Amino acid sequence: MTQTLERPTDGVPPAEPAVEAAAPAEQEVLRRTSSRTREDVLALVGAAVGSAATTWLFYTIILPAEGSIGFVVAWYLVFVAFYAALTGLTQPRQVVIDRVVSTAVIAAPTLVAFALATVVLMTLVKGLPALANLNFFTDDMSGVRAQDPFTRGGILHAIVGTLIEVAIAVAIAMPLGVAAAVYMSEVGGRGGRLVRTVVEAMTALPSIVAGLFIYSVFIVQFGMPASGLAAALALAVMALPIMARASYVVLGVVPGGLREASYAMGAGKWQTVWKVVLPTARPGLATALILGVARAVGETAPVLLTSGASTFLNTNPVKDPMNSLPLFIYASIQSGSPEMEERAYAASAVLLILVLTLFLIARLVAGGRRKSR
Amino acid sequence: MSGDVLAPPPASGPAIEPGEDDDVPRRLVVRHSLQDRLFVHSVRGVGMLVLVIVSCIGVFLGIQSVPTLDHYGFSFFTEFRWLPSQDVIGISAVVVGTIEVALLALVIAVPLSVLTALFITDWAPPGLRATLIRVVDLMAAVPGIVFGLWVLFVIQPHATEVAHWLSKYLGWFPLFHVRTDVDYPIWNQAPGYPSYAGSAFIAAIAVTMMIFPMATSVMREVFSQAPVGEKEAALALGATRWAVVRTVVLPFGRSGIVGGSMLALGRALGETISVVLVISQAFEIKPYVLESGTSTISSLIASSFKEATPSQLSALLTAGFLLFCMTLLVNSLAAMIVTRSRGSQVTEL
Repeated sequence: MTQTLERPTDGVPPAEPAVEAAAPAEQEVLRRTSSRTREDVLALVGAAVGSAATTWLFYTIILPAEGSIGFVVAWYLVFVAFYAALTGLTQPRQVVIDRVVSTAVIAAPTLVAFALATVVLMTLVKGLPALANLNFFTDDMSGVRAQDPFTRGGILHAIVGTLIEVAIAVAIAMPLGVAAAVYMSEVGGRGGRLVRTVVEAMTALPSIVAGLFIYSVFIVQFGMPASGLAAALALAVMALPIMARASYVVLGVVPGGLREASYAMGAGKWQTVWKVVLPTARPGLATALILGVARAVGETAPVLLTSGASTFLNTNPVKDPMNSLPLFIYASIQSGSPEMEERAYAASAVLLILVLTLFLIARLVAGGRRKSR
Repeated sequence: MSGDVLAPPPASGPAIEPGEDDDVPRRLVVRHSLQDRLFVHSVRGVGMLVLVIVSCIGVFLGIQSVPTLDHYGFSFFTEFRWLPSQDVIGISAVVVGTIEVALLALVIAVPLSVLTALFITDWAPPGLRATLIRVVDLMAAVPGIVFGLWVLFVIQPHATEVAHWLSKYLGWFPLFHVRTDVDYPIWNQAPGYPSYAGSAFIAAIAVTMMIFPMATSVMREVFSQAPVGEKEAALALGATRWAVVRTVVLPFGRSGIVGGSMLALGRALGETISVVLVISQAFEIKPYVLESGTSTISSLIASSFKEATPSQLSALLTAGFLLFCMTLLVNSLAAMIVTRSRGSQVTEL
């Protein structure tokens, strides 16, 4: 008994005990797909080092060098070839294919993660000069010229504008969205199906078209001035179908058994919805809605068309133009001055942090109740 | 039997016991009249309000396109120039540009999404899975303008080099062709030599970052529903991880791949701000995606709504309506494919 158990572990040196396989592996010589042997590790390291050296030699010494992207791509290709060849020395063809595919499967998320990391780093590093000054958060840009040092001017007006616009948009879209979702999922019927179809269709509405709608109806035809309210309306129009559908999906996950139990206890529809369905769905609803808010915070296109852009702090959504973070970033980039560009980076960092905070809140709200399938 | 909080059971409960007609009365609907009726009606009212608001947009856009078609006629769809000052307006170039950018983004994003989704469901250690899912979700919340900024200042300098290389060595392939002297150094942007910056290809990179999370999460969800029994059966037969994926996960998740890609396409068509930041606007129908200058419907709207006369505004609205129809079509197809793939999975209790 002990003999047979020990032998494979002897022959297959320090493998980390994989969870899934390994257990049924006894006397037979297995293909060892999931437990990593020393040979596997050495093949991997050897391929990595060998390919790096080969690529470096050929890419920079023998062939004319051309950029870092080309180097990484060439290295990856050479690495895959080396790794496949090394594995092929000892393993059957299936394992070679498996390894080659694995390199691709691991490379793709790595590439995306790298991209995402550079996004975050870029905004933080390039925004740092502006972010380091406290007045960046407490001042607005009125009377500040583009070339002024970072000790003058800030984005208070944009932060406040974003908060006001999003607050109004959410105040409009969230109750309507949730109520419509309740109608679609709890009342249903032919009307419910109709609403669902139309709402689902309208989630396809591109945000710029929502902005253009508000612009041409409220600003051009009704003569409403470009203001925070118009921007909020555009955001609301964009967010309403999204929130309604997300809430509908969440309500649909509430187990039907709970509703039936409630009805069986003699509760009415209203009581069932209010006391059973909504409390059950609350974490999910909160998550869906907060994610909707995060989306609205970062939308630029509708705001671009509707709010105008002020350089001063304006807390009145119905008068005068209002600025917001995405719009401020956009306008600063378009201005072309290097200082404004750095301000744009700093503002993007603030925007990212805002979105991240919302996201974390959503996670915390949903945290307690994670459904394991 | 007893101990009910609500009124109805005591009223009907004892009455049922002696008689035989057990399941006839049950007047639940009648008993809960007022409160429930109020609730149902008010919720229906809100639902209808939402319906009206939402369909108003569609109808409004549709109506607005009538004067445009009156004024510009059919040439609105065939003309590629956008010269408001000469009243020559057409959207064929922007439609082609929109589709070009979206498809290119799809070509980049779909392989990445499939591989990442597979990594999350089948390769990543179980402890890491939840974190990865969260990161992908978080990426979906990153504002488009940040990605636009990133592409403009971080990616573009490298991407132009890649584009230059591609056009230099693979220029015989029509897609990579650039109508310029490829041996001309790319930093020298003399007039007459189109540079590589602001091309459809580079805009597509920005759009890729926008659609990748969405496609990945749809695919991941479908992949994770692949039948465990079949996966284990394949493992038991000695299949490698890739063999399991190829024989079980991918066939099962094929509709997820297609549906996720189409949802992403719907999003890519309407993506505005990152494209506006990156591209250099040019109204021209061309298959040369590496060459500087392109235009999409949304970038057209964003850049020219301000100085539009009423008739041009309605032309923009028509373009917007067309864009909406395109995304609507793509999204509905995607939704159909994805829901069909879920099938019975929805009714979990």
